[in-house]
Amino acid sequence: MDTSQILAAMLAALPWTLALTFGSFFAGAIIAVPICAMRISKHKILRNIAICLILTLRSIPPIVWLFFIFFAFSQYVVQLSPFVAAIIGLALITSANMAEIYRGALSAVPKGQFEATRVLGLSTWHKYVDVIVPQVIRISVPAGSTYCIGLLKDTAIASAIGVSELAQVANHISQETFRGLSIYAIAGALYFVVSVVMALASRKLDIHLRAKVER
Amino acid sequence: MEFLDQWVEWFPQLMDGYWLSLQVTAVSLIFGIPLGLLFALWVGSKKKFSRALALIFIEVGRGGPVLILLQFFYFGLPSTGLTLTSFTASIIALAWATGSYTSEIIRGGLGAVPQGQREAARTLGLSSWDSLRIIILPQGLRIALPPLLGFSLVILQTTSLCFTIALPELVGVANEIGSATFQYMSVLVLTGMMYAVVCIPATIFVGYFEKHLARHEAV
Repeated sequence: MDTSQILAAMLAALPWTLALTFGSFFAGAIIAVPICAMRISKHKILRNIAICLILTLRSIPPIVWLFFIFFAFSQYVVQLSPFVAAIIGLALITSANMAEIYRGALSAVPKGQFEATRVLGLSTWHKYVDVIVPQVIRISVPAGSTYCIGLLKDTAIASAIGVSELAQVANHISQETFRGLSIYAIAGALYFVVSVVMALASRKLDIHLRAKVER
Repeated sequence: MEFLDQWVEWFPQLMDGYWLSLQVTAVSLIFGIPLGLLFALWVGSKKKFSRALALIFIEVGRGGPVLILLQFFYFGLPSTGLTLTSFTASIIALAWATGSYTSEIIRGGLGAVPQGQREAARTLGLSSWDSLRIIILPQGLRIALPPLLGFSLVILQTTSLCFTIALPELVGVANEIGSATFQYMSVLVLTGMMYAVVCIPATIFVGYFEKHLARHEAV
C-alpha cells in the first residue's frame, strides 16, 4: 500500500465516522427532550428517575455501554449490527448530556418570558412550542456543538465492537503495513480537520441565530 | 441466583483490573495536571512563536480521539524502534490528553482571578513570579478545582480505552471473562456497576463541592 492508497482508504472510512456522530447526536438530542422534561418536572418521582438516569448514563464508560448493547442484545434479544449498536449506545449517552444542556439553557431564558406567556394566557403547549423552546434551542447551540465535537472523538470507541470507521481502519492498515506512526498521525489530523469544520459551522449558525433575534 | 455465584467468582479478577485502572488514572493525573498548568502558563506567553508551540502541544493532545493517541504510542512508535509497554503508553497518552484538556480549565480559573489582585500585587512590589506563586495560583486553582475533579472522573472512564492496547484494566478483564464464558451480559453489568459505584457518589460530591465553593465566593 502506498501513501495515496492509505489516504484513500481512510477517507472512505470518514463517512462512517460522520454517520455515527450525526446519527447518534440527533437521536440523542431528541431522546434528551423527555429526559429534560422529567428532570425539571414538579413530580418528585419523575425528577428523581431522570436524575438517576442521567447519572447512570454518564458514570459508566461509553465502551461498557457499547459492549453491553452489542453483546447483551445479540445474546438475548436480537442480533444487532455493530453500527446500530454503536448508534444506540452513543445516542443514550448523548441524551443524558443534552438533557443537562437543555436544562442549563432553560434556566438562561429570561424570567420575563415565562411571565409574559402567563399574562398572554397561552396554553402550556403554546407557551413551550412558540415561546420557550425556540429560545432554548438558540441558547443550546454553542454547548451542544461543543458536545457534538466531543462526540466525534468518542465515535472512535465504536472501533472496539468492529464498526469500520476511521479509528478501526487506521488500526487495520497500521497492522498491515507497519507504518503506524504516519497512519495514526493522518487519522488524528482527519479528526482534527473535521472538528475545526464543525466548530466553524457552529459559530456561523450561532451568529445567524443571534442576528435573527437582534433584528 | 446463578449470576450471583458467577459475580462472586469473577469479582477478585475484576478488582485486580479495577486497581490497575485506578493506578493508571492516578499516575496520569499526577503527570497530567502539572502539565496542564505548564501549558496554561506557556500559552499565555507574550512571544508569538512560543505561544504557537504551546498551542500545537495542546491541540495534539485534544484534537483527535484519545483512542488514536493511545494507539499512536503503542502501535505507532515501535516502527521508529521505540517500543513501550502498554502501561507506559497509556500513561503518556492519558497524561498528554489530561494536560491538554486541563490547561483550558486552569486557564479559565486563572483568568477568573480579579484583575485588582494582580494590580495590588504589582503595587506591593512583588515580582511577577512571586505574584503568580503567592497571589494568582492559589486563587485561580481553587476556582479550577471542581472542574478538575470532574475531569478526573472522565479520565477514570477513559482508562477503559486502554484495553485496546492490551492493558488488563477493568474492561480488559471483563472482556476476557466474557469471551471465555460467553456471559457478556452478566459480566458487563457487574463491570458497569463497579464504575458507577465510584463515579456516581463522586459526581454528586463534586456538585456539592462546587456549590459550597461558589457560596463561599459570593460572601
